[in-house]
Amino acid sequence: MSEPAPSAQTRRDEVLVRIRGLRFRRGERVIFDGVDMDIRRGQVTAVMGPSGTGKTTLLRLIGGQLRPEAGTVEVDGQDVHRLGRRALYALRRRMGMLFQSGALLTDLDVFENVAFPLREHTRLPERMIRDLVLMKLEAVGLRGARRLMPAELSGGMARRVALARAIALDPMMVMYDEPFTGQDPISMGVLLQLIRLLNDALGLTSIVVSHDVQETAAIADYIYVIAGGRVVEHGPPEALARSPSPWVQQFMQGLPDGPVPFHYPAPDYAADLLEGVP
Amino acid sequence: MTAWLQRLGRRGIGFFERLGRGHLFLLRVLAALPAALARPRLLVAQLHAVGVRTLLIIGVSGLFVGMVLGLQGYNTLVDFGAEESLGVVVALSLVRELGPVVSALLFAGRAGSALTAEIGLMKATEQLSGMEMMAVDPLERVVAPRFVAGLVAMPLLAAIFSVVGVYGGWFVGVGLLGVDDGAFWSQMQAQVDLHDDVYNGVVKSLVFGFVASWIALFEGYDAVPTSEGVGRATTRTVVHTALAVLGLDFVLTALMFE
Repeated sequence: MSEPAPSAQTRRDEVLVRIRGLRFRRGERVIFDGVDMDIRRGQVTAVMGPSGTGKTTLLRLIGGQLRPEAGTVEVDGQDVHRLGRRALYALRRRMGMLFQSGALLTDLDVFENVAFPLREHTRLPERMIRDLVLMKLEAVGLRGARRLMPAELSGGMARRVALARAIALDPMMVMYDEPFTGQDPISMGVLLQLIRLLNDALGLTSIVVSHDVQETAAIADYIYVIAGGRVVEHGPPEALARSPSPWVQQFMQGLPDGPVPFHYPAPDYAADLLEGVP
Repeated sequence: MTAWLQRLGRRGIGFFERLGRGHLFLLRVLAALPAALARPRLLVAQLHAVGVRTLLIIGVSGLFVGMVLGLQGYNTLVDFGAEESLGVVVALSLVRELGPVVSALLFAGRAGSALTAEIGLMKATEQLSGMEMMAVDPLERVVAPRFVAGLVAMPLLAAIFSVVGVYGGWFVGVGLLGVDDGAFWSQMQAQVDLHDDVYNGVVKSLVFGFVASWIALFEGYDAVPTSEGVGRATTRTVVHTALAVLGLDFVLTALMFE
């Protein structure tokens, strides 16, 4: 007899990305010092933290573009940093990534940018590529912009095209690197809605790295807050809102002063001013 | 004194580190060549960008260099009554030296700097990272086709430079200064050797094409991904290629025409 099919609940609880004891440093600077995370299938998981805490680095570690000093990153049961090049590339075909800048190929138009992974990795006939690209562009609302060049797109449109490209090969997960930075409120709303809708409609797993706290918390199922190389808090958005940690409260509410001081460490103000007096 | 030594040491280590990175990069590009050669459409596009777009400057420069050679050669030869050897002087100068060397220098300025800037900007705008994350190797997709294009384009450009230069010399010598047309061509035919002169010139331009493409692509790939970094890398491409081409030219000439 075969194993019974897992119920919807157990499948939902499965972990797609498992990070254990992750350590990474750039030169002398320790970026991660023992980070543990579980990214569950089918969920939108947000990774938040102040600028410069290595959120983008985390995505690059998951994607195998960087190697950790210690610890493991497992994606769909495979240890990313033990894979050979061929296996890593096979795994990456099942991961989409949306870069902060969009990272569209500037010499190709919108259509060709979305068609790029299809042309590189499949031998589909031209008609089918056209249909697939139009479907992906329709999903992000830019079917009509297919002949525009990347330089003609607004920042928000460029990210939507990059999103269409990221889902072109129907990946199991999509990683978003600061998708809302520099967006006007309308573009931001569109992107927020797209991330949630695509995640649910396509059965994706999404990792959103961001420091736009309120917006990201609105669409996330689970949030990790990292700072100082460690996970300082994690849980569903409503649990985080009730966190007893003053640091988390300051971060979530965007308060200018608190455990993270407004002032960069400096000598005494009065002494500093008087030092210039002859 | 120790600070000075430290600085010297750091620079030395930095230099060799970069040299090592450059060679590793070259090995990876060479390993990516079969995959690039399997995609002729990418190669043709790059041959157009690297070769055809450099054609105009090569043609115009070749013409003027040939004309100057004609003028200078005539003024020197006429003192010895040997102006009928002008064809030989012009052709040998171009085929052996000026064709490969000047076209390589022009190639570095026109195509090499463009390659560095293009790849550096692709890096700065995360296009290369984006490709990696789409499981597309940028070395296979972006770098290797450009490398092959540079390698193929360089000897062709040098040949065109030399041919146009010979006609420039002919125009000045025969057309303007009255050197005998028949003597110009027949002496050239008799004296210029296919193996010793033409082939050696082709070998030189192949070597220069290899080095110029390697430097340009490595500088772009290794550029600091900022606008300042890409600017510096572009300058380095032109300077390093010029130095490498002139230095190698001496070595190759010493080996070929000893």
